[in-house]
Amino acid sequence: MSAAPQRAKAGAEKIEVIVSAVLPLNDLVTRFEFKRKDGNRFPTFSAGAHTVVHMRDGDRQRLNPYSLMSDPADTETYAISVRRDDEGRGGSLFMHNNVKVGDAMEITYPVNLFSLDLRAKKHVFLAGGIGITPFMAMIAQLERSSDPWELHYSVRTEALGTYVDQLVSKYPNKVRIYYDDQSQSINLENLLDGQPLGTNVYVCGPKGMIDWVHKTAAAAGWPDANVHSEEFTAPQPGKEFQVRLCRSEKTITVGENESLLEAMEREGVDAPFLCRGGACGQCETNVVSSDGEFIHRDHWLEPDEHGNKIMPCVSRFIGKSLEIDR
Amino acid sequence: MSKFQFPESIKSRPVYGTLEARPGKYHLMIADAEGAEAILHLHEQDAGLMAKAHIIYIPKGSNLGERLRAIRPAQYYEGPTYEAAASRIERVLEASHMGTQIYLTGTEGLMGQAMRACMNAGIPHTAIQTEHRGSVARRMQCVHCKGITEDVETDPFECSHCGLNLFVRDHYSRRLAAFQGVCIDAEDPGNVPEKVELYK
Repeated sequence: MSAAPQRAKAGAEKIEVIVSAVLPLNDLVTRFEFKRKDGNRFPTFSAGAHTVVHMRDGDRQRLNPYSLMSDPADTETYAISVRRDDEGRGGSLFMHNNVKVGDAMEITYPVNLFSLDLRAKKHVFLAGGIGITPFMAMIAQLERSSDPWELHYSVRTEALGTYVDQLVSKYPNKVRIYYDDQSQSINLENLLDGQPLGTNVYVCGPKGMIDWVHKTAAAAGWPDANVHSEEFTAPQPGKEFQVRLCRSEKTITVGENESLLEAMEREGVDAPFLCRGGACGQCETNVVSSDGEFIHRDHWLEPDEHGNKIMPCVSRFIGKSLEIDR
Repeated sequence: MSKFQFPESIKSRPVYGTLEARPGKYHLMIADAEGAEAILHLHEQDAGLMAKAHIIYIPKGSNLGERLRAIRPAQYYEGPTYEAAASRIERVLEASHMGTQIYLTGTEGLMGQAMRACMNAGIPHTAIQTEHRGSVARRMQCVHCKGITEDVETDPFECSHCGLNLFVRDHYSRRLAAFQGVCIDAEDPGNVPEKVELYK
């Protein structure tokens, strides 16, 4: 029997779930746990995978990707930890304010764009803030296989140190916490120097942190293949624009607070997607014609593709006319 | 000139480049025969590398060792064969850290075996630089008896272990660091095409 779900529609296949726990962890972060509605077990996932949570917010459908942070071997429960973003587009606020224990929701099968390289001799994790979530699953996986790892975790304050107590008490010799408000910071050059051959480093956090790690490692002679990062970009609001979908024979308007992908979905166009954060490449769409300027926000397209392709999940357009092959 | 332009082939066949100086904490250079010329060229590009370089050289009959000594690498070793140097290479890799750059140059057999040692030590093959110099002879595995024949110069050739007549394929194994040799007269024993020098 094949474990892979058959793709009937865009996006990964969905699983109907019931919210089994809502646990506020601190002022900003709440943990949500899900069980399957049909009582079956979830598929196992590989650490680093995310799920896209479908939220029904009135007439509006919100789809946000969150890293699965529960133990990958636990097929009874999936857990995510959501940081409330008061300035964001509202998905995390909806989770915090509206989602209650017992609610029925839909989440997608796990998709992994940030997997462990299991050939590594050692794994070094660098987390910034809510970037801790994929590492919670990775640590659980590596503890089971007894592979060496260490975590360097930068948080703003003690009060906002999500999972700090748990990590420090369980793994006192493998975890180091850095508090911004005490002017502590990761001494990256020093940390990278002297790591055994075959060490892989993983970074999840703000964009600046990710760029800093890639740059510092490259300068120290680390191969690109040994440096892994994950950054989900939330679609940014922008000016309303019109787009012609030539295959669907529709002209639609993308509103100020929605992405091109969301606008297509609202109009009933079945557009492909997986991560909804500009990282996976699934929604890549050819541009048929354009008169104006693209605002590319993805991490997928090469600069020389910027004139003839667009990633509808995060990128926008300003100008007279845009026609895409969808 | 010791450089040879290999014709395009199947995806499995290794492709070699030109060594370039890269940022790193330590530079491990493993070469045989005319591979020494590529290291001398690297020294011309960036003489500063040598202060942090360890050169492991197997002359294979060439007399370039003295010139390698003269560029004053931090460490220099010369050995009679790859096998003789293998335990040293493993020991060096064991004690190495991230930030080590690897430069392999010379014959395909040398580069393949050194690359395998580096990969086993945890370096991704995509991060290992190679430059072919000198002989185009190949290290071949007999797919029938699994024996390795070094420095094969003709196609077909006789397996040095089981004696079968083997056809030289471009099908390469990084794990074995060898090309695959397949019996050429299995269906019609004795009907063996004339030996031709590789790439002639």
